[in-house]
Amino acid sequence: MTRAMANPQTIAAEAAPARWQDYVVLLKPRVMSLVVFTAVTGLVCAGAPISPVLGAVAILCIAVGAGAAGALNMWFDADIDRLMRRTAQRPVPAGRVQGADALALGVTLTLCSVMLMGLALNLLAAALLAFTIFFYAVVYTMWLKRATAQNIVIGGLAGALPPAVGWAAASGTAPLNAWLLVALIFFWTPPHFWALSLTAQEDYRRAGVPMLPVTRGEAETRRQILIYSLIFVPLALAPAFTGLGGWIYLAVAAAGGAAFIALAVRLLVRKARADARRLFGFSILYLFLLFAALLGEHLASVQPLALRL
Amino acid sequence: MSDPKAESEPARRARNGRNLAIALGLIAFVIIVFVVTIIRLHGNVAAPHRF
Repeated sequence: MTRAMANPQTIAAEAAPARWQDYVVLLKPRVMSLVVFTAVTGLVCAGAPISPVLGAVAILCIAVGAGAAGALNMWFDADIDRLMRRTAQRPVPAGRVQGADALALGVTLTLCSVMLMGLALNLLAAALLAFTIFFYAVVYTMWLKRATAQNIVIGGLAGALPPAVGWAAASGTAPLNAWLLVALIFFWTPPHFWALSLTAQEDYRRAGVPMLPVTRGEAETRRQILIYSLIFVPLALAPAFTGLGGWIYLAVAAAGGAAFIALAVRLLVRKARADARRLFGFSILYLFLLFAALLGEHLASVQPLALRL
Repeated sequence: MSDPKAESEPARRARNGRNLAIALGLIAFVIIVFVVTIIRLHGNVAAPHRF
C-alpha cells in the first residue's frame, strides 16, 4: 500500500491556521445527521422505558462515535482524499489540520463516547458502538477501501449498525427487528454509493480506489445496482410484517420502493449520468422517509400491522 | 525589529477559538457525567439490585 503523504509540516506552514470549525468538519456532520436519525428511530422503536436524558446521552454518544470514526477515516485517507475533487478540500488534505491531530481527535472521541455509553446506558450498547467505530475506521477504511470493489458492500455494515446501537441503548437487547433495520441500511448502501461512484469514477480512478465502476465498468455497476435494489426493496417492506411498522410505513415503503426500482431500471436502460444522480438523491430521500415513517408511527402509537392481522 | 516567531492575528484568533471549543467540550462532558451519575443513582435507589 503506497501512501503518498506530503510533508505535513510544510503544508501546515503554508495553510491557514486551523479553526475549531475545521475539527467539526473532521466529524463528517452530514453523515452524522443520518446516523443520528436512524439511531433515534432504533431507540424509539425499542419501546423500552428510558429516561429522556439518558436517551439523549445515548444519541450523543452515537453521534460523537460516528464523528470519531469520520475523523479516523480522514486521517488515514488524507493521501487519496487529496487526489479527489469531492474530498480535496477536507481539513487534512487541504493542510488546515495535521494528520496526527485528526488521529488524536478520533481516538479521544472514540474512548469518551464508548466509555460514556457503557456508564450511562449498558455494556451491549457500548460494545456495539465500539464495534461500529472499529468496523468503519479499521475494517472499511484501512483494509477494504483500497483492496476490493466490495469495499462499500461489506463496509456498509458500519453505517447500518446505528439503529441496533440505539435499540440496545434503550432496551439492553438487540432483537431481530433491530437487525432488520440494520439489514435494511446494509442493502440500501450499495445502490446508494454505486450511483454516486458512477458520477465520480474519474476521481476514484485517479486515487486508485477500486470502486465497482473502475474495476468492473459502468454496465456491470448498473446491473449490480439493480440486483441490490431488488433485494433492498422487499427488505424495506418487511418491517410492516414483523410487528415493527404500520400501514403508513407499508404505504411509504411500497410507493418509494416502486420508484426506487423504476429509477434503477431506468439507469440500467438509459445509461445516463443524470439517472445515476437522480437515484443517488432519491435513495437518501427514501431511507429518510422509511425511518421517519417508523419513528412517526411509534411516537404516535400507531399499531403495527402484524399485530392487527 | 519584529519577532519572527510572533503569532499573526488570524493565528491567535484561531487558537483562541480552538481553546474555547475544547473548554466548552470538557465542561459539557463533566456536566453530562454528573447528570448521568445522579440519574443512575436515583434509579438504583428506587429499584435496588438484588444480589
